[in-house]
Amino acid sequence: MPESGASVPPTPAPARAKGVGPRQPDNAVSNSLDPIRPDEFGIDEARHLINRAGFGGSPGQLRTLADWGPEKSVDYLLNYEQAPGEAIADDAFDADIMRPPSAEERQAQRRAAAARDEETLAQIRVRRQNAEQADREQVRAMQRWWLKRMIESGRPLEEKLTLFWHGHFATSYRTVEDSYLLFRQHRLFRAHAAGNFGELLFGIIRDPAMINYLDNNDSRKGKPNENLARELMELFSLGVGNYTEQDIKEGARALTGYTYRDNEFAFDRANHDGGNKAILGRVGSLDGEDFVRAILEKRECARFIATKLYRFFAHDHPSGRAALDRAAEPVIKGLADTLLRSRYELKPVLRRLFLSRHFYDRAIRDQQVKSPVQLLVGTIRSLNTPARDLKTLLDAANMMGQSLFFPPSVKGWDGGRSWINTSTLFVRQNTLVYLLTGKRPQGKDPLADDEPFDGVSLLEQLGLAYPEARETDLDARLDAVLRFTVGRADVPARDTLRAFLASRGPGPLDAPTLTHLILLISAIPEYQLC
Amino acid sequence: MANHDLDNLAAFTRRQFLLSGLTLASASVTIPQFLSGTALGLPSSAWGGSIPGVNEDRILVVVQLAGGNDGLNTVVPFSMPEYYRARPGIGVPEGKVLRLGKASEVGLHPALAGVKDLYDEGLVGIVQGVGYPNPNRSHFKSMDIWHTADTTGTGEGWLGRFFDSECCGFGKGESGRVESPAPSPQPQGGGGGIAIGREAPLALQGVKVKPVAFESADLFRWTGANAGPGVGDAYAAIARQEAAGLDPDSNAAFLHRTALDAQVSSETIRKAVATAPRVPYPGGDLSRQLQMVASMIAAGLKTRVYYVTMGGFDTHAGQGGENGRHATLLQQFGGALRAFYRDLKTQGNDGRVLTMSFSEFGRRVSQNASQGTDHGTAAPLMVFGPMVKPGVLTDHPSLKDLDSGDLKFTHDFRGVYTSVLSDWLSADARKILDGQFRAVPVVKRA
Repeated sequence: MPESGASVPPTPAPARAKGVGPRQPDNAVSNSLDPIRPDEFGIDEARHLINRAGFGGSPGQLRTLADWGPEKSVDYLLNYEQAPGEAIADDAFDADIMRPPSAEERQAQRRAAAARDEETLAQIRVRRQNAEQADREQVRAMQRWWLKRMIESGRPLEEKLTLFWHGHFATSYRTVEDSYLLFRQHRLFRAHAAGNFGELLFGIIRDPAMINYLDNNDSRKGKPNENLARELMELFSLGVGNYTEQDIKEGARALTGYTYRDNEFAFDRANHDGGNKAILGRVGSLDGEDFVRAILEKRECARFIATKLYRFFAHDHPSGRAALDRAAEPVIKGLADTLLRSRYELKPVLRRLFLSRHFYDRAIRDQQVKSPVQLLVGTIRSLNTPARDLKTLLDAANMMGQSLFFPPSVKGWDGGRSWINTSTLFVRQNTLVYLLTGKRPQGKDPLADDEPFDGVSLLEQLGLAYPEARETDLDARLDAVLRFTVGRADVPARDTLRAFLASRGPGPLDAPTLTHLILLISAIPEYQLC
Repeated sequence: MANHDLDNLAAFTRRQFLLSGLTLASASVTIPQFLSGTALGLPSSAWGGSIPGVNEDRILVVVQLAGGNDGLNTVVPFSMPEYYRARPGIGVPEGKVLRLGKASEVGLHPALAGVKDLYDEGLVGIVQGVGYPNPNRSHFKSMDIWHTADTTGTGEGWLGRFFDSECCGFGKGESGRVESPAPSPQPQGGGGGIAIGREAPLALQGVKVKPVAFESADLFRWTGANAGPGVGDAYAAIARQEAAGLDPDSNAAFLHRTALDAQVSSETIRKAVATAPRVPYPGGDLSRQLQMVASMIAAGLKTRVYYVTMGGFDTHAGQGGENGRHATLLQQFGGALRAFYRDLKTQGNDGRVLTMSFSEFGRRVSQNASQGTDHGTAAPLMVFGPMVKPGVLTDHPSLKDLDSGDLKFTHDFRGVYTSVLSDWLSADARKILDGQFRAVPVVKRA
């Protein structure tokens, strides 16, 4: 195989040359939040970091992170405002599609109804149906826009955190049916994604999409709607058991009058219950902001959010594995403490987690079920496959259970094992076939031949991170490919993969063979994990 | 593989394992649970034994007519003059209606000859006036309401909750609590329903138990098999790979189990569906889907719920009356159901299968300005099978006492669900539906 032309690095690669190897016994799970040492942070650790704090990376990116070491890598990913990023204009999407009828239009409708003017009424109905259709098209456009950003972003952690908050403060287009409101909400999440959780909580009670989704727009004095108050505590901040039914009732009163008009938050003073209330130990004529302050003062809030961040970035918890759960407990507690001490600034918590020895423990690595978005975006970014047709990818993600802007309920996406069943497993595997070859379940992408997957370049690049990829030995190169794609070489499928490569004859690995090898690797169970 | 092995699916899977050299280190780890009919993976059930007290023999097939089927032109109230006054252009002529007995005030649309044949054999029950309070005329929302058996349209599917309760004792409201997000130790593919289509309907989605969905059996498999020489064989070896040395509680081991499950399910289903139909089926997508279901039942799959869907019923314009768009759809529906039950009878499985057809709402009484009808409310629901109460089971809703031009419902659909759950599937309807609904009995007394 020809030399790639890149110069061999002057110093040997850091001492983590060997693969992850066989699993350690469970009782060796680290529970330490102490930072990993630079000499312990090699390619495998860099790969794990970018898998979780992003959507995986190319071999060159792994090399760079490994060379930088843990602190510089984590800071680079976390302080993403310093990395190149594309600004988002307010008018990126049309704010007026679902605007309510104007006063003149309402009057015209009233007149038509009174005069039994069927034709005018039919016209009004058709206009409304057209607007709804256009809005459905716009939310699809928003999905494509976001997926494209995730694929191309120089700030992967920003995208990943925005996705996290979208699942946490879950709001679905299916109910709201107003794409611009969801766009506004999306920007709220993005603005504070690695910022301050308190700001997010203050922001969400004024967010038109959420107000609509949880029926707060009509909540008024004397007839409060409890939905927002309940979910604010149960799902968004405190968790079940850390508030009472009375807190819900009083919280609902505090949120009366919080509504929206013309795509903007509006405080309807006439509808607001300004009377005396007692919420979570606070007393007074509390409004929505006071309610949020009361929530933030409770330690349980920090604990709840720290746990959710842990689950999203580290591991399911509880995991069903006793030793891991025991180790995770002090880690989550430590993260909660950090969140409180930092007054809900998120960066210190994420920094602590991403630098911790626990995070890099083998019990955590390559054990998280990839979300559909992670699976697709990660494959494109790390293997450098063509992105192909975004609509096809979004349809596939939908069939896998994750449709952007359409979380299944206010609880968001459960994640973890719930992504996997006998149906979704085939969709997941077959979408990877699509990315690698352009082949659809029926027929082929018309552009597939113009957009081939370049396995040869990938193999060349692989040498940057895994020197054994440059060896002529079949086993060495297979090991490199496996370590890069699934984190370890000793997978149960290894013998089969080796036999497959051997069956293709001696000599350099050509493009088709590499594509087929990666195709087969994408079909092994381990590829579903990161 | 000899055909008789397909009769005993448990033996088929066991033989497959022995042939491929796998040792059964732990039954709960390696036995594919999807087809064994038990989510708990108890060894006894995999070998063809049954869990005492669970009636595994009975099958429910749900036929969803998507778009809002016009009930008034399906089960025609020809005896009511208001019907013809409201539908001068699209009403079905009285002389063409298929009568359902001398005393009946309603009859079937002439295109439903298939249903009429089954009706004459006592295999059809018709429940009229089915709906729910505060009817919703949005396709999405009303369909969600029917799927979740909840007037807010939220939560898990009613059949998903049935499977959850069978597997794990959950009822509505108990499942999916935020404080118990722990991954289930059982594969998620175990013991659910099969849906024909791109994605499984909400009705089948439970918390613990998930359904399988595929458009055709060809699509329920890896599409990379023909990518190049040796690829298909390598994949087959990978798919059968036992996961040695993994912590059985880990996500990696869970993925291996599910992958094995998926592979065996895929092979079994594709084999089942590849068999030639036992009776001729007419054309059309519903027919194709029911033919697949019949094949899977014939092959002895232990799946208890199948879900098929037929679209096109949103007839806002040019609906037609005796002939036309709607009539064509009804003809396909009737022909497919008739072939399905002929097939099941040939197999000797007809007594085991109850089929229920429904739509998310009916349509308005008066035709609109486009020779069609707009979204309405209550509509008839049909049940099929030798075990159903045959005949027209409830009265037609009044055409005089309307709700702004719409029929008022007389029977809550959840009452039908109650009967299906309790009387047919032997389940705790009250727990699953999280409420007591007056049962609309659709199953014959034993």
